[in-house]
Amino acid sequence: MSFVEYGDTIKDGDTAIVFLGHDSMFPVKVQHGNVTQTKYGVIRHSTDLIGKKYGSKVTCSKGGWVFILHPTPELWTMNLPHRTQILYSTDISIITMMLELKPGSIVCESGTGSGSLSHALIRTVAPTGHLYTVEFHQQRAEKAREEFREHGVEHLVTVTNQDVCKNGFGVSNIADAVFLDIPSPWEAIGHATSALKAEGGRICSFSPCIEQVQRTCLVMEEHGFTELNTLEILLRVYNVRTISLQIPDLGKTAEDNSSTGFDSSNPSNQGSPCANLQQGAVQFKSGVPLREMVGHTGYLTFATKS
Amino acid sequence: KIIFEKQWFYLDNAIGHVYGTTFEVTSGGNLQPKQEVEETNTETKEAGTDNRNIVDDGKSQKLTHDDIKALKDKGIKGQEIVQQLIENSTTFRDKTEFAQDKYIKKKKKKYEALITIVKPSTRILSTMYYAREPGKINHLRYDTLAQMLTLGNVRAGNKMIVMETCAGLVLGAVMERMGGYGSIIQMYPGGGPVRAATSCFGFPKAFFDNLHEFPLSKVGSLLSGTFSTETLPSEPEDNVLAEEASNGLTDEKQTSLQGTEEESTTEAAMEINQTEEQETMDINAEDVELKENKEKENKENVREKQRKQWERRKKLLETAALLREKNADGLIVASKFHPTPLLLALLEFVAPSRPFVVYCQYEEPLLECYTKLRERGGVINLKLSETWLRNYQVLPDRSHPKLTMSGGGGYLLSGITVVLDKGKSDSSNSEALKMEEPSSKRCKVQDLHC
Repeated sequence: MSFVEYGDTIKDGDTAIVFLGHDSMFPVKVQHGNVTQTKYGVIRHSTDLIGKKYGSKVTCSKGGWVFILHPTPELWTMNLPHRTQILYSTDISIITMMLELKPGSIVCESGTGSGSLSHALIRTVAPTGHLYTVEFHQQRAEKAREEFREHGVEHLVTVTNQDVCKNGFGVSNIADAVFLDIPSPWEAIGHATSALKAEGGRICSFSPCIEQVQRTCLVMEEHGFTELNTLEILLRVYNVRTISLQIPDLGKTAEDNSSTGFDSSNPSNQGSPCANLQQGAVQFKSGVPLREMVGHTGYLTFATKS
Repeated sequence: KIIFEKQWFYLDNAIGHVYGTTFEVTSGGNLQPKQEVEETNTETKEAGTDNRNIVDDGKSQKLTHDDIKALKDKGIKGQEIVQQLIENSTTFRDKTEFAQDKYIKKKKKKYEALITIVKPSTRILSTMYYAREPGKINHLRYDTLAQMLTLGNVRAGNKMIVMETCAGLVLGAVMERMGGYGSIIQMYPGGGPVRAATSCFGFPKAFFDNLHEFPLSKVGSLLSGTFSTETLPSEPEDNVLAEEASNGLTDEKQTSLQGTEEESTTEAAMEINQTEEQETMDINAEDVELKENKEKENKENVREKQRKQWERRKKLLETAALLREKNADGLIVASKFHPTPLLLALLEFVAPSRPFVVYCQYEEPLLECYTKLRERGGVINLKLSETWLRNYQVLPDRSHPKLTMSGGGGYLLSGITVVLDKGKSDSSNSEALKMEEPSSKRCKVQDLHC
């Protein structure tokens, strides 16, 4: 296993994702002799995990079962230990595309935070690119380094513990892209400019508040950035449900009902608790939006240095 | 010579400049103006505070339509025309500072024709296709494409299966993210894959070494084990021609926006030259006399056709072998076809614990697909989603969402493959499976169905 390469079987030292069911999963570090408790019982790493194929169903001690998945940056984002607020895959995907990242790209990032975006960036620029990430919080920087090592990607990333607004990214004229997720991005635009290659590159700044965006845009323009574009991306998730709507009783006779054109109470609906055969109901599949959704994460401002 | 936004020009002058250079169009050629036009410092600083006294009498502009046309015909710089318009506007001074700004911007857009030449990328091409040719890419909006690449964990070293009818845009996006590492198998309907958009990326030739294609119509026989190369999908020649024709068409459009065609067309031309050379050499070696006789020339053509067919057959067998391993690292589907049968068949070629993403312009087919996949099993973490994209105007004291936003960019169904229970794959057993589930899970399943 590695976060930048698929492997077939689970090995000692791997990070694997235990999938318990609908939106319920957690990461596990596979180690000989270790055990992991789940609500379906115990998983013994040596016998239940090591040597098995990724994607296998593993039966736990209480007879319940779970799936073991190969780690990806997206699964990691859903399961990582939060040290800060993190970026989720929806924002990450548009950032990656708008920064034009691909294998070989050199990227600068600050702050590292919990490393959610970092893993996705490393995945995309591997095997020949590199990520320079700056985190001013020493403990977080340390923790990130440790995770990168565990995940087999340390050769693709350099973590620097300093203040990006004061000291910059620690590199100059080598980056194809810069990403900023800090409280005062306008103070780092100058450093971002010098980190980018002389022939140009792309920049992105993530800010929750519009005031931050305005200040950042002004400073970007001062530094000669062009193609300024601020956008927001929202994810809408739908639950797939079979909905059954009852036909109202308007006091019509049986013949009238059958001529309404609805394929009411057809045989295939039998046994479904929702179908009311006596009164007649119409069933259909629907994508129902979640009751609550994320309405705002942050504004993403993109620009080009040329 | 190309046409873009009602202007025609030659690209010769653009060669040798860095990407991102802005050009001004003169009569026929390109001039290179300074990167940053010095801001019109004519700010008289005179501005009104509101519009209570501004009356729309249609007479505020003292220059007539003919005057403006005369200025244009004289070949006067657009910048100066804008200046003239401002000076001859009686209401300009009374407008608020913001309104003045807006006025100038509008006029500049009309009279100062500036063209920037940029490097092709998924960002540029997908934005462009969505704006100009949404029908050709099934209205796949660029943020949706971005989601697909991320959800599909597309990266260097993967072995991907791609089934698209998006002019090759999705294929190009996948190729960009894989950077020439790993392999891609493109499943195509009809006689051959369409790669008009792919050619706009200007990928190096090496990127095509591990790009394979396989006819969709052969998937059934490949899965049932009766696959043979005896019956090839329809006429290869015709397809190549059709493909080239469509390439040419879109190329023209691309050119106008990107100026990338130099790379891609020369590359294509080189390929053609190479094969032609090879062929003539082969022929020469075989027999010189053949050329003299028309009848024999036909024979030669037949032989050439056979050779090409044999080569196609060889490639097809290689691709079939790759698919038969059933260990692909992901599946990306974005087509005009119903997604359910595609997914049910193509998922067979994907290894367990790998992501897959299906795009559809409409939600309903994905609802059915979701249900059928649940019945089939072998997939988890199914998610039906859509993204909304909102663009903002950010200006001092004038920040707000842009007036118009895209109404729809399509829907995605994504998930992860898992090992399919052997002998339990028929639907009757899926019931049994449910019974095996711990009670807490069974509740959830029921929840979902009501």
